Amino acid sequence: MKKTGADIFVESLRHEGVKTVFGLPGGVVLKIFDVLCQQKDIELVLTRHEQGAAHMAEGYAKATGKPGVVLVTSGPGMTNIVTGLADAYMDSVPLVAFTGQVSTNLIGNDAFQEADNVGISRPCTKHNVLVKDVNELAQTIKEAFYIAMSGRPGPVLVDIPKDVSTDKGEFKYPDKVNLRGYNPTISGNKNQIKQAAEEIMKAKKPIIYVGGGAIFSDAADEIRELAEMTQIPVTMTLMGLGSFPGTHPLALGMLGMHGGYWTNMAMHYSDLLIAVGARFDDRVTGKLSEFCPEARVIHIDIDPTSIKKTFHAHIPIVGDVKAVLRQMNVMLRAMDGNVAEVKALRAPWLKQVDEWKKAHPLTYKQDSKITKPQFVIERLFELTKHSAIVATDVGQHQMFAAQYFKGTKPRTWLTSGGLGTMGFGFPAALGAQKAFPEKVVLCITSEGSFQMNLQEMATAVEHKLPVKIVLLNNGFHGMVRQWQDLFYDGRYSASYLGRLPDFVKLAEAYNILGLRAEKPGEVEAVLKEGLKHKGPVLMDIYTDPYENCYPMIPAGGAHHEMMLEDPPELTQAKKGGSHKRKVDEGEGVLPA
Amino acid sequence: MEHIISVLVENKFGVLARVAGLFSARGYNIESLSVAPTLDPTTSMITIVTVGDDPIIEQIMKQLNKVVEVLKVVDLTETDFLDRETALIKVHTKPEHRDEAIRIADIFRAKIVDSSPTTYTIEITGDVDKVEALINLLRPLGIREIIRTGRIAIARETTRTTSPRREPALLKT
Repeated sequence: MKKTGADIFVESLRHEGVKTVFGLPGGVVLKIFDVLCQQKDIELVLTRHEQGAAHMAEGYAKATGKPGVVLVTSGPGMTNIVTGLADAYMDSVPLVAFTGQVSTNLIGNDAFQEADNVGISRPCTKHNVLVKDVNELAQTIKEAFYIAMSGRPGPVLVDIPKDVSTDKGEFKYPDKVNLRGYNPTISGNKNQIKQAAEEIMKAKKPIIYVGGGAIFSDAADEIRELAEMTQIPVTMTLMGLGSFPGTHPLALGMLGMHGGYWTNMAMHYSDLLIAVGARFDDRVTGKLSEFCPEARVIHIDIDPTSIKKTFHAHIPIVGDVKAVLRQMNVMLRAMDGNVAEVKALRAPWLKQVDEWKKAHPLTYKQDSKITKPQFVIERLFELTKHSAIVATDVGQHQMFAAQYFKGTKPRTWLTSGGLGTMGFGFPAALGAQKAFPEKVVLCITSEGSFQMNLQEMATAVEHKLPVKIVLLNNGFHGMVRQWQDLFYDGRYSASYLGRLPDFVKLAEAYNILGLRAEKPGEVEAVLKEGLKHKGPVLMDIYTDPYENCYPMIPAGGAHHEMMLEDPPELTQAKKGGSHKRKVDEGEGVLPA
Repeated sequence: MEHIISVLVENKFGVLARVAGLFSARGYNIESLSVAPTLDPTTSMITIVTVGDDPIIEQIMKQLNKVVEVLKVVDLTETDFLDRETALIKVHTKPEHRDEAIRIADIFRAKIVDSSPTTYTIEITGDVDKVEALINLLRPLGIREIIRTGRIAIARETTRTTSPRREPALLKT
């Protein structure tokens, strides 16, 4: 029997096991939305902005490991998801985005709401396709899901012209893909793995550096086995947090620009770097010429382009992280079962790392006047231990969360790393909550980031998504202000956010519970009340506008050249009031 | 160093844009580029001449391989290969220069493919050095216009750059 393109679309999604679609309708996708509303298997989450749909799908995908699905219309519908696509491309999030397109006979005519969807999205998708014939639709959808989920995951866009959704074609869901140019390498080269295992046994000062690839590969168990068996400390990138328990004795926390002192020192003085699903991003490496100067480098990654892109690798291993580590662990077990010997070999190194940790742990000073952001996150971690999924936005609060929220499980830390998308956190939290209605989902955000996608509060209410928004309100684009303090003589060009809305009233306007903590003494009670509340809640917490995030490797600095606190001249300026005054002359940092 | 890279791709809409976009987005050079279908009409061969040090070329090869519609990537410069380019050169020919133009074309076994009272159009096919040499000799006469195809290249016997699936059939005929 022949079916319309819209029916084929919905049937294909059903075959792919899709339960949730995030989207927003428009002229050329009306036929598809019409079919969607007449069935029960696939639920549509109507967002208030297409960007929200893209980030929700990302949150859903990151939390579940399944592909996030987006459905939007042509023209502005598509251009509004570009940020989400670019974000997903950078952070290897499997998305399948369906965009409407004007009818095939109108393409190229500057028709109403026409945009070159495939052209615009080409550099920010793993793959994209314009479907020109309804008979190709099912095959294209099958391949889109396959490409998004296999190899190094990423976003795939399928552009569906209006007439393709209304035309009729034969439907038979294909059972295999037909992609002769696409064949990701899964298992690694045995000789390379063996070589790596030998180096691991010999190394005196090794370190494991884990990236987001380990999360998507579900390699947490393998990493833990490797680390414990060989007594090697583990550091994680921002994207890799959760792949190894942050509370484990061998865990070093996050590395890089705002990584721990002990972590970056361990990187700098290591003699063997085992990179696992990480890509040597500039925020991780700092100055490349002085990055891990003494280390031999083992690099395991499923994407060959990540290897030797920015940094050399002595033993490159292309393959799926989980598969490679499994092979490696088997070899290591066979090589030397003597745990005592390995422990003895590593002991001086672990002791050194521990000394670094004791010398400069993460610190902040909480007084009774103004809340420190670190304090809020520490309290939040204590109150929700091991049970919450955390989504963050981008900026200081994100770095504080990465430092102080010691996630223990993979897929519970959702953040925008590569692209650094402010506005990501709240919709991502909603997407994760949609997948896990019973779990506590936190959105750690700030007044700057939150305002970029706050319209999704309506989506939260409509779909009963009880996300707990913890808004660290310091009245500034905090990270921008920090850089201006450190590198631009404290000239706060466009970083001060005057005229902030009253976030409690704003939440209430959306029928969301709004709570506020103006003073440190109120934080605990607000967090407890917010976490206890059944529905979505926004906790507006006033934090120190001048708190800076340390340690910090200044851009272009090396790992051992960290700043650990405000430089003396900056502290002076703050005390002398020159920075403070600039703000007071404005509208006032916080709403009265 | 200059490299000639053969990229066998699916003969589909948008593939060239994807390959060219990869070069521009990552700041790689394209010295020349040519595309045409191969024996198998479902595939096309893109020949790209690019310049870069070894790490850059390695990245280019890997990035090209990563494109879903790319079937095979070969750096011909690592093998024994032939390369050719065709140029059409329109030269001003005053009456006293017409003989000279013909003589130069003859030396290079180039052809005069069009003539007008004031111009000759000369066609030359050869490797880059030959084409450049002819252009240099014609320059004193006054060149009005040059169109070059960009280079195409093919591996000698030992390595193959076209779709292997088609070749046994070819050998039979």
